[in-house]
Amino acid sequence: MLTLSGVTKRYPTGDRALTDIQLTLPKGQVMALIGPSGAGKSTLIRCVNRLVEPTQGSIRLEETEITRLSGNALRQARRSMGMIFQEYALVDRLSVMENVLSGRLGYVGFWRSFLRRYPQDAVAEAFRLLERVGLPHAIDKRADALSGGQRQRVGIARALLQSPKLLLVDEPTASLDPKTSRQIMRLIRELCAERELAAIINIHDVALAQQFADRIVGLRAGEIVFDGLPNELTSDMLTTIYGEEEWDTTPEPMDDEPAAEPPRARVFEGLAAGGAQ
Amino acid sequence: MPVSLTPQGLPAWQQRTTRAQWLQYAAWLLGISLFLLCWKVISDNTMWVFVEDAGRQGSDLLSRMLPPRWDYASVLWKPMWDTLNIATLGTAIGIMMAFPVAFLAARNTTPHPLVRSVALMVIVSSRSINSLIWAMLLVTILGPGVLAGIIAIALRSIGFVGKLLYEAIEEIHPTPVEAISATGATRLQVMNYGVLPQIMPAFAGISVYRWDINIRESTVLGLVGAGGIGLQLNASINNLAWNQVSVIFIMIFATVLVSEWISARVRHAII
Repeated sequence: MLTLSGVTKRYPTGDRALTDIQLTLPKGQVMALIGPSGAGKSTLIRCVNRLVEPTQGSIRLEETEITRLSGNALRQARRSMGMIFQEYALVDRLSVMENVLSGRLGYVGFWRSFLRRYPQDAVAEAFRLLERVGLPHAIDKRADALSGGQRQRVGIARALLQSPKLLLVDEPTASLDPKTSRQIMRLIRELCAERELAAIINIHDVALAQQFADRIVGLRAGEIVFDGLPNELTSDMLTTIYGEEEWDTTPEPMDDEPAAEPPRARVFEGLAAGGAQ
Repeated sequence: MPVSLTPQGLPAWQQRTTRAQWLQYAAWLLGISLFLLCWKVISDNTMWVFVEDAGRQGSDLLSRMLPPRWDYASVLWKPMWDTLNIATLGTAIGIMMAFPVAFLAARNTTPHPLVRSVALMVIVSSRSINSLIWAMLLVTILGPGVLAGIIAIALRSIGFVGKLLYEAIEEIHPTPVEAISATGATRLQVMNYGVLPQIMPAFAGISVYRWDINIRESTVLGLVGAGGIGLQLNASINNLAWNQVSVIFIMIFATVLVSEWISARVRHAII
């Protein structure tokens, strides 16, 4: 359903973030993208919805060649790709409902959205989604009044209100505690199954990736170095992806210690992505 | 290189290198010399005869101002009301014009760098001219009266509000904007959902602050004929009616106090 071929990204600073990426994602597949900080994971998923412009290559979503779109056509293509962020990326001063409804912005005109007069079916769907992610009581709260896990649920509801075919998920659990991380990953997993959504999930936590993904792709310095099933990911493979480390001490999936904070280097990735718009 | 070795071979650290330290001393010496030189120039140009009896003159002026001629206040209500109107309407018009200018001037929302330089130009030219000078120009063009005052205040406010607002826009969190763009929203929708909520507190604060400043500025606009209580002030000073001047001062003081209180309350309520 999603096909990337020869995708290369070079930032104006000369840093090569991605080199000749070939990737095909069938319908309904949940793919985890792992790799060290700075490997180009965020850049890769931002190239798909063109928040970052790829330097070369082609990205096709079903029959649409995304790299050639601009203006209205690009906005229509973005509607079918829901995005979920590490720091939730909610608008803090808007209510939960407004945040969820903003997922519908690609479908409604400016004045309707400005006056917050969304079509009834969008509102009904928003209520249903908030119920589904477990936040029916929080509709009128302001987004900054929620906890991390709750905010990520709002972020998920917003992405789903777009009626996407594909989810682009950027470190969904990096700011969450281990228990909430699992709940969020399980929720994303279930929702993908319910709606037959394909998903690309950037994730630092290898154990979570193995537990919840159908397929794992390892990225190192902008190139794919592993592509296979979760159980094919051996210690040797992890060494190839991340570099030398004592992998056997990695905690087992279900009873592990809190995941380490993501390295701060991610901030720079984010800045680079923002600057490239 | 502030890191060196002590004679004992231990690594030592200083904030500055020796060279930087000497440069700093030299800069201080230069600064102090310049200050003393200026002091001397000013002192030479002052007529000390006038300064020597400043105390006597001051107390003389004070005795003419006191007691204030309280019944003069009845004439002042109307010009005071004009002053408040000039400030409030001027601020409102200024904000309305500054709002789009700020979006065009902010690096992250401007449609084109060329538009940005034009918007910055508008802001700088508005800021570089004091409202009293704007009023003087406008009185020449529009004739004396409240209208000239309102427009003078508005023109001066564009630069102030525009500058602070575009700085606030440039400081917003980029990820919510990214998230809204990722939904397929149009440019205007991204502004409305991603940018506007983030700058709302700053916008409210800036507007109320400018209103507060404008109340003070509009009290003097009358000096050049642009309406308000400044007209009475000018007339009273020209007639050497110092006991009326003191009533006007007290009135301005009270108004500024009230406006200050209101703006503090409003800012507190919004943020």
